[in-house]
Amino acid sequence: MPVRAIVQKLIRAALTVLLLLTTVFVVLRLSGDPAVYVLGIDADPDALEAYRKQHRLDRPIHEQYLRFLEDATEGHFGQSFMEGRDALEAVMDRLPRTLLLMSVTLGVTLLIGIPAGIFSALRRGSWMDKGIMAVTVASFCLPSFVLGIFLILLLSVTWRILPTAGYQTWQHMVLPVITMATADAAIFARFTRSAMLEVLGQPYMRTARAKGLPWARAVIRHALPNAAIPTVTIGGFAVGSLIAGAVVTESVFAWPGVGRLLVTSVQNRDLPVVQVIIVLVAISMVTTNLLVDLTYGWLDPRIRGLMGRRAEAKP
Amino acid sequence: MTADFSQPLTPAVARRRSPRRLRLALGLTPSAIACLSWLTVVLGVALLAHWLAPYDYEAIDLRARLQPPVWMEGGTWQHWLGTDDLGRDVYSRLLHSVRMSLLVAVLGTIIGAVLGTTLGFLAAHFRGWIEDLVVMAIDFQAALPFMILALAVIAFFDNSLVLFIAIMGIYGWERYARITRGMTLSALGQGYALSLQVLGVPPLRIYLRHILPNIASVLIVNLTLTFPAVILMETSLSFLGLGIQPPQTSLGNMVGFGRDYLMTAWWIAVLPSAVIFLTTLALCLLGDWLRDRLDPMLDRSPSP
Repeated sequence: MPVRAIVQKLIRAALTVLLLLTTVFVVLRLSGDPAVYVLGIDADPDALEAYRKQHRLDRPIHEQYLRFLEDATEGHFGQSFMEGRDALEAVMDRLPRTLLLMSVTLGVTLLIGIPAGIFSALRRGSWMDKGIMAVTVASFCLPSFVLGIFLILLLSVTWRILPTAGYQTWQHMVLPVITMATADAAIFARFTRSAMLEVLGQPYMRTARAKGLPWARAVIRHALPNAAIPTVTIGGFAVGSLIAGAVVTESVFAWPGVGRLLVTSVQNRDLPVVQVIIVLVAISMVTTNLLVDLTYGWLDPRIRGLMGRRAEAKP
Repeated sequence: MTADFSQPLTPAVARRRSPRRLRLALGLTPSAIACLSWLTVVLGVALLAHWLAPYDYEAIDLRARLQPPVWMEGGTWQHWLGTDDLGRDVYSRLLHSVRMSLLVAVLGTIIGAVLGTTLGFLAAHFRGWIEDLVVMAIDFQAALPFMILALAVIAFFDNSLVLFIAIMGIYGWERYARITRGMTLSALGQGYALSLQVLGVPPLRIYLRHILPNIASVLIVNLTLTFPAVILMETSLSFLGLGIQPPQTSLGNMVGFGRDYLMTAWWIAVLPSAVIFLTTLALCLLGDWLRDRLDPMLDRSPSP
């Protein structure tokens, strides 16, 4: 891959993060006076003045902006009001639990979604194919919190085999993972299926069969690697959906991770924590998209000339 | 609506149209009929909630707390779907929730469609820095999970119904914008748009009267995909307690409060959950069906 294309992509990624930080800054200033927000609406005017001086809110706006960027790059977004400690620290404390949930979910999603899609494509038109596709439509339209509620009712309330909330043992992970993985696995299955069908219809597949290659070998050697390439493009989409899924699922199952922290922070308008989480999400999304672009170009030599135009992920 | 679909029929045939013939002319499958019927019921409920509800949805009756539905032991016809933790009639609340959720989703979808299409036209018409700006906004929006964006906006500006509907309106605009921009650019290069320009037709008229009808089917297909997604987003945010605020009620809101009573009073959360699922499922299936009917450019073979 040409170095220029990579550098271009890196600059674009950095610009996106900068744009996000700028938006956060502008929105923060638009949403009200921080001094009033922190000290309360009927605080002493002198105290408000002192707070503004201390946080340089009396300085010109461009100076505040530079100051904000400087603090952001050092990870200073202020104190969390709810916990009375550094916001970044509060988020980092919970991050491992969310990452655990997300990585297990991603594993389950891939293990179910991709084989289901391949199977569907190979048995196209059969009742199994139709069944799998019907299940994917249903699970795609099922809101994750509704699924979570039904799972709790069935497995925790009626059969009493799994706990409803908490994070202490591996049993606590089962329901959240099923809840999060269902919709994503459906998308992966559909995407894999259409990628496989496209490859199976290619002339080189007929050639492979015509030269006497056994069907299974033709599928494994020629169809699967080629079908795997477009599947990479839904990587960015998958990470985004994992993040959004974690917010809802952690709230349903009282999983003490970043998603639940975001919800309680928004409820209590704990803005420093919200800022930290938004910036973290943005950085991980930008990084994922960058990685997807680079991997795609690396996997498929045909794309290298066209860098910068990534195929649309279409669930 | 029926007339548009039956254009291929000659008037003589159309006059003798039997129900079966009509069904075939529209290409209605049994599942499409089932979906349409359910959505008609939902729409009717949303419009008539005020008259259908036996009780005021806010009316608290502490003597009748957590009453089960009529088919369970202890249930009465007075509250045939039971009551919640404050003794409010679940059936009445359900009707009003359907109305609120549908209202937010419809308004949000319309705002998103108009906003996105307009920006797409603007980008295609002016090119230059306006197009750069729109494309940058599209990329920016696509780069951040919408739920995080919505939560951030709610955190920064505090919640209100108007703000919430505005947020729902932002959801999905970038897809309309992308489609409109791309298709308008290709339409402008085609003969009909060019000849209209040469004839001196004003640009606004070209866009609204000539190009819009040509790309409408793709936009409508996108609309049917976005609408259930908006419902899902609205119910999810309300479920988290960050969407519709009490005393107003919405489907997600009901599920959110009912979650605490799953052990003792499952009906509070399960009934609205079922309504959400059936509605989004009906919309998804209908969207698929409509896409097959309306989008002739779509390669139908790989799609189920």
